[in-house]
Amino acid sequence: MIDPKILANHNLTPGEYDLIVSLIGREPNLTELGVFSAMWSEHCSYKSSKFYLKQLPTKGQGVVQGPGENAGIIDIGDGQLIVFKIESHNHPSYIEPFQGAATGVGGILRDIFTMGARPIALLDSLRFGPLDSPKNRSIMEGVVSGISSYGNSIGVPTVGGEIYFGENYALNPLVNVFCLGLAEKDKIFYAKAEGIGNAVLYVGSKTGRDGIHGATMASAEFGKETEHKRPNVQVGDPFKEKLLVEACLEVMDKGVIVGIQDMGAAGLTCSAAEMPAKSGTGIEIDLDLVPQREEGMTPYEILLSESQERMLIVARPDKVGEVREIFAKWDLDAVEIGRVIEGGRMKVRFHGEIVVDVPVSAVVDLCPVYKRPVAPPAPPQAASDVAPIPVPDDLGAVFGRLLASPTIANKEWVFRQYDHMVQTNTMVLPGADAAVLRLKGSRKALAVSLDGNSLYAQLDPRTGGKIAVAEACRNLACVGARPVGVTNCLNFGNPEKPEVMGQFKEAVAGLSEACLAFEIPVTGGNVSFYNDTEGASIYPTPVLGVVGLVKDIDRVVTPGFKREDDAVVLLGTCTGELGGSEYLKVAHGREDGIPPAIDLAKERAVQETCLEAAESGLLASAHDLSEGGLAVAAAESAFASPGRFGCRLDLDGGLRPDALLFGEAQSRILVTVGPAAVPALLAIAAKRGVPAAVVGEVGGAAIRIAQKGAVLIDVPVDAARAAWMDAIPAYFKIRER
Amino acid sequence: MKFGVVVFPGSNCDADTLHAFRVVMGQATRFLWHKDHDLRSVDCVVLPGGFSYGDYLRSGAIARFSPLMREVREFADRGGLVLGICNGFQVLLELGLLPGAMLRNKNLKFLCRYVTLRLENERTRFTHQGRKGQVLRIPIAHFDGNYYAPPETLREIEDHGRVVFRYADAEGRPTEEANVNGSLHNIAGLINARGNVLGMMPHPERAAEPLLGSADGRMIFESMISKF
Repeated sequence: MIDPKILANHNLTPGEYDLIVSLIGREPNLTELGVFSAMWSEHCSYKSSKFYLKQLPTKGQGVVQGPGENAGIIDIGDGQLIVFKIESHNHPSYIEPFQGAATGVGGILRDIFTMGARPIALLDSLRFGPLDSPKNRSIMEGVVSGISSYGNSIGVPTVGGEIYFGENYALNPLVNVFCLGLAEKDKIFYAKAEGIGNAVLYVGSKTGRDGIHGATMASAEFGKETEHKRPNVQVGDPFKEKLLVEACLEVMDKGVIVGIQDMGAAGLTCSAAEMPAKSGTGIEIDLDLVPQREEGMTPYEILLSESQERMLIVARPDKVGEVREIFAKWDLDAVEIGRVIEGGRMKVRFHGEIVVDVPVSAVVDLCPVYKRPVAPPAPPQAASDVAPIPVPDDLGAVFGRLLASPTIANKEWVFRQYDHMVQTNTMVLPGADAAVLRLKGSRKALAVSLDGNSLYAQLDPRTGGKIAVAEACRNLACVGARPVGVTNCLNFGNPEKPEVMGQFKEAVAGLSEACLAFEIPVTGGNVSFYNDTEGASIYPTPVLGVVGLVKDIDRVVTPGFKREDDAVVLLGTCTGELGGSEYLKVAHGREDGIPPAIDLAKERAVQETCLEAAESGLLASAHDLSEGGLAVAAAESAFASPGRFGCRLDLDGGLRPDALLFGEAQSRILVTVGPAAVPALLAIAAKRGVPAAVVGEVGGAAIRIAQKGAVLIDVPVDAARAAWMDAIPAYFKIRER
Repeated sequence: MKFGVVVFPGSNCDADTLHAFRVVMGQATRFLWHKDHDLRSVDCVVLPGGFSYGDYLRSGAIARFSPLMREVREFADRGGLVLGICNGFQVLLELGLLPGAMLRNKNLKFLCRYVTLRLENERTRFTHQGRKGQVLRIPIAHFDGNYYAPPETLREIEDHGRVVFRYADAEGRPTEEANVNGSLHNIAGLINARGNVLGMMPHPERAAEPLLGSADGRMIFESMISKF
């Protein structure tokens, strides 16, 4: 009978333990318990989420690989494939921000190149507690440095992302990292352990004691002893990974390997079990042959270490020499540590003794799938029903505060720490609605955006899920790109709580509904549960990563106003909805209300209008409306304007001034066109039943917005821009003592 | 002309640099592996940007001991054309083919952004297609781009007009504000006494095509391939 404390430390329930015993026909030894603990952890097994994730639409045109592999793959034509995925590294980033974030980047890169794709871009979605707190600043600084250090060193540009701040993230920061790679058709590699008698090779960095039970740590709440978890955080070496990328791509190019899998969460155990499980074979490995950088490591430690920059390769015996030669050229270890066997078992030797002998299917496929109790989220209450929202006296001052609010403020302090130009593909740099990468040798371009408003999801998870998709695709439309595929990172609290499970269920339903409506397949993603500390959960945070295609690089659109006297046209309708808005939070200190309504058909029509206008070469600029509403969108277009042009807008009456300026109604895009192009643009909109109206013109040195002639705000562009630019750097100035 | 782009373990901008010379400028260009002892009869050696050897110890400190560096030094001593970009510049400093050293940026952060440069010396094999005082918009991306040289060395560099590029404002004035990394005398690029070895921190290969934001780097490549 196993000691309940040992079981608890391994994060396994008594029920799960009994199942393990019945699956393997006996009690597991401690090493085997460790194996199950890691592989059956939430992070690795998706046991709480699998049931709901099944509803996500995964089929679509061009899908070469959907969920289930290291990354998703979409065919973009001309013999090219894009390989992409998003992953979370939340818990480690609270414990050790620099290495937590750095190894998050390392991990997602491996998921991409393990499939045969060269990584060409990274993006990250980050959430921190408010910057007034030194601890939150320290976490943010560490995370940004970690991403910077790893991404820059390995030579993959970090081209975009999003950053949000909220008290609920203070003890549970979120670091979601997305990677996009490029591969050639028919040159994809899978995690296969095929061919009985084939060699199993360990390549890359030596194994140490870092990160043991990293996966298990990510599958539990933080408590009072969180600090002691520091050794659970992996340590990264981007230089090693750069060598690994080159060596792996070279062995793949030469076609000398059968299968390959990276050693990520649950380390050697994960790849050693998953590869044969996928192929219906078994595996035999000898831990004495594993390159180690510590002395006296136990089988438990070797199997569960999450030391970075390691891959497991299966190769035919006659190709092993060539594989080792290529790795030697790049000064990397490549050691034969075992072979593929019959019988479907994972057999591990150490000092001549068998220390693990279990069926791979038990470890990989037979983890229970839970349909946990669900408490449906309470419907949100209208903010004005909760308490009146007074119209501010000084709208200009509120506007300034919004621009300086870190969630909205300029993020240059962050993205200038990232090399966003390496690989010379970045056409649209960070700060726009989406990153755009040219494809060398082609007239096409790729666009990527990460989006997710967690306050909307907190207030109404289903709406939050839908809006995440809508906003991501809207951002793509603003640069002239059509979505081709989506990956999602679902960050939630403790799934053992019915209200969290309820949020999850609804958010996934919302994501599904929107992806179906926009006809874009979900190719995979990540679920991060247990983002709680001492019982307090984060807001449900579904983050969407969408990739799109621009047909012609000449038709890429950017958000800044381009010419004086261009007409400013608003696509969509201002409803004045204030629920869940950044304005309500910043000006009134409230996070309540009903999030803005989302009509997926209307949203799609607005996006199609913008796309057709972009593809016809009509648009001088396009920018979507999100946090901060119309006023902030107009300001951002002025700030991004190469000539720093302002604008003079005059809108219809009917709404309260603050609701008009800062309401976050969905499905709206602010575009500018030359005056002669206005009729053509309005015709495109009319054809689709999209409300569109000229609301003003580009020009002047101020952002001036009026309602029926009455000026609501009139702020000089330079002054507004200065406040927007200085907000975040001000928090990080080195203070004299 | 035949160009050779050296590849160290950890070089990142090698492919970008090859693309600039081969595809954009239409020149015969190949990679040169750091472990070889063969410059393959190239007319010009380019040391690209990146994080050779992970920037361990000091940027470029280990790369300068790569086998091929023996041939690169001999090539430079014979008057061969050598261009070092970013990490490549750091390797040239470590090799002693150019004087001085790089310190951490003054803001203690990695910095990736466009800068404006003032062309100080247009009478070089790398810049003769430009005009003295010309303002160029070229991006930087580095953590350790803060150029340092002891006072006598600095004096010698300046007296002999070996500063080729300076960080400047949009009007070409080398102001303190324009000096984003803190380099002494706003030095962004310099040339050796003989005029055949140029090191620069900004990345001209990232500014060779208008669609990426600036084509001001082309002047350097055009100068290199045309008669001085």
